[in-house]
Amino acid sequence: MDAQLHTKGIEMLGFDPGEPLELPLLLSTVPAGFPSPSEDYIDQHLDLNEHVVRHPAATFFVRASGESMAGANIQPGDILVVDRALEPASGRIVIAALEGELTVKRLRIKSGRVSLEPANPSFKPVEILPDSDFEIWGVVTFIIHKA
Amino acid sequence: MPVYALVDCNNFYCSCERVFAPHLAGRPVVVLTNNDGCIIARSPEAKALGFKMAEPEFQARARLKRHNVAVFSSNYALYGDLSARVMSTLSEFTPRMEVYSIDEAFLDIAGMPEEAGRYAARIRETVRKRTGIPVSIGIGPTKTLAKAANKLAKKRPELGGVLDMSSLEGREKLLSGLDVEDVWGIGHRHSKRLKAMGVMTAQDFTRLSREWVLKKMTVVGLHTWLELRGIPCISMEMAPKPKQTIVSSRSFGKPVTTLEEMGEAMTRHASRAAEKLRGEKGLAGAVLVFIQTNNFIEGEPQYWASQSRGLNPPTSHTPEIVCRGREILERIFRMGFRYKKVGVMLSGIESEASAQFSLLPSPGERGKQLMDALDRVNAKWGRETLFVAATGTKRVWSMRQNFRSPRYTTVWGDLPYVTI
Repeated sequence: MDAQLHTKGIEMLGFDPGEPLELPLLLSTVPAGFPSPSEDYIDQHLDLNEHVVRHPAATFFVRASGESMAGANIQPGDILVVDRALEPASGRIVIAALEGELTVKRLRIKSGRVSLEPANPSFKPVEILPDSDFEIWGVVTFIIHKA
Repeated sequence: MPVYALVDCNNFYCSCERVFAPHLAGRPVVVLTNNDGCIIARSPEAKALGFKMAEPEFQARARLKRHNVAVFSSNYALYGDLSARVMSTLSEFTPRMEVYSIDEAFLDIAGMPEEAGRYAARIRETVRKRTGIPVSIGIGPTKTLAKAANKLAKKRPELGGVLDMSSLEGREKLLSGLDVEDVWGIGHRHSKRLKAMGVMTAQDFTRLSREWVLKKMTVVGLHTWLELRGIPCISMEMAPKPKQTIVSSRSFGKPVTTLEEMGEAMTRHASRAAEKLRGEKGLAGAVLVFIQTNNFIEGEPQYWASQSRGLNPPTSHTPEIVCRGREILERIFRMGFRYKKVGVMLSGIESEASAQFSLLPSPGERGKQLMDALDRVNAKWGRETLFVAATGTKRVWSMRQNFRSPRYTTVWGDLPYVTI
C-alpha cells in the first residue's frame, strides 16, 4: 500500500470498492486435537475501504501541504480522506474553500461565530466574516500518514 | 402513474473543473475537445461573453485571453468519475432510475412521502453537497414534460433549479414560454418548418391537430405531441439520442447472480455501444458501467453501483472498450445480490476526424468484419488474443492536451493539494 501511494500514474478511482485490500485475520484459539487445514485459521478478510470509506460517492482523497496542522497530526504529503456527506460540526477537521483556495483547518462554531483554527501555535485562527468567500468543502475522516 | 424527474447537471464539464478549483467560481470557464480543437462546454459566464459551442479554439484564442477565461482540455477520466458519483447519489432517492447520458438521468419519484418539488429540491441539495456538482431538475407526468420543465428551470434562475410541471395548473402558460426548438425530440429541421408556419412555442405545437403531426412528423412527432399533452409514450429505447453519449443497457429476463453472466451481458452491451460509436464515426473518451438489482422486489437486498474509466487516447475499438468495462465490472460487482440490469455508457464522444490519428480504418464493411472476427476470436480464445497493434500499450503519440486539469479522483499522483 505504501509503495502504491508513491507510485505516479496508477489509475485508481477515487475510491475503489471492488479491489479489497485483504488482510487475513487470524483466529487466536484453535481447538486442540482437531488438526485443521491452515485456511480454517482465517476467519474473514478485512477490507481497509470498509474501515475508511462510509460514503463512496461522496468520498475524495486530497494531499496536504504546509505546516499549520502539525498539532492535529497532519504532515505535509499526508493523504486525507474527505467525506462530503457528513455534517461539518464544531471541532471537526474540515477542508474549506476560503477565498478560492482549499485549506485544512479545525472548524469552530461559537455563539454564531465561525472560525478556522490551525493546530500549530505559530499560525493564527481565521475568523469567517459574513462577506467572506467561504464554503465547507468536506469533513476529514482519516489521515493517511506513511510511517 | 409515474412522476418523472429529469436531473441534469449544469454545464457538466465546467462544473467538474470547478469542484477542485474553487477560485474558478464566477470566472468564465471553457472546455475544449480532444486535441484542444474546439469549445465543447461553456460556463454561463463564457456563454454570456458570446463564446459559441464548437467554436475552434484558434479563432477564439485572442478573446479567451482578453476575457481571462479559464481554458481546459477535456479530462474524461475526471468527468466520468464525477458522473458515476452523481448517478450513484441519485440512485439513493428512487428505486426507478434510468441513466440517460453522462450528465442526465430520469428518476421516477411517484409515491414518495414528500411533495415532488420539495423532494427534488432535497435531491438537488444532496448531489451538490456530496459531489460538488450543481444540477437542475424538471418534473412532469411524461419524460418530454420533465425535459421541458428542466429547460425552463435552467432558463429561470429564480426557480432555484427546480420546476414541477406535474399538475395541469399553469402548464399551458409555462409551455408557451418554451421555444419549440427546445422541445425534446423536435429536431432542427422540423422546428424551422414549424416556425415558418407560426408555431413558435411548445404550447403552439400542442394545439396542432393530431392528424397533421402524424402526417408531417411521423409517429416520432406524434409521441412528442402526446407526451407534451401529458400522455406518456416514450420508453428509454425510443428516446431521442442523447448528446455525446451512447448508452446500451437492458433488464434481464430473470435475475442474474454471477459475475460470469454479468460479464457476458456487459460485453454484449459494450460491443453494441462500440459498434454504434463506429457507425457514427466517433471516438469515446470514457466508458462507464452501471449495475443494479431489482428494486421492485420488497425486502430483497438492494445494490446500485457505477464507475467509470477514461479512454486515453479516445477510441472506438471494441476490445479496448470491453477490456475497460470488465475492469470496472470486476470492481463494482458484489456477490449475494440478484441483479436485474447492467449498462454501458460511452461518453466524451468526438468525431474521428478531430482525432490526430484514427486508430482504425474507417469502419466500412471490411472494418466491421474485422471487428466481428476480432470479437469472435477473442470470445473463443480469451481476451486480447488478437488486437490491433496500433493500440499497443506503448503510445508512440499522445493527444494534444495542453490545458488538462489533474485527474483529481483517479490517479494518485494527481490528488488535489490543500494547504494546511
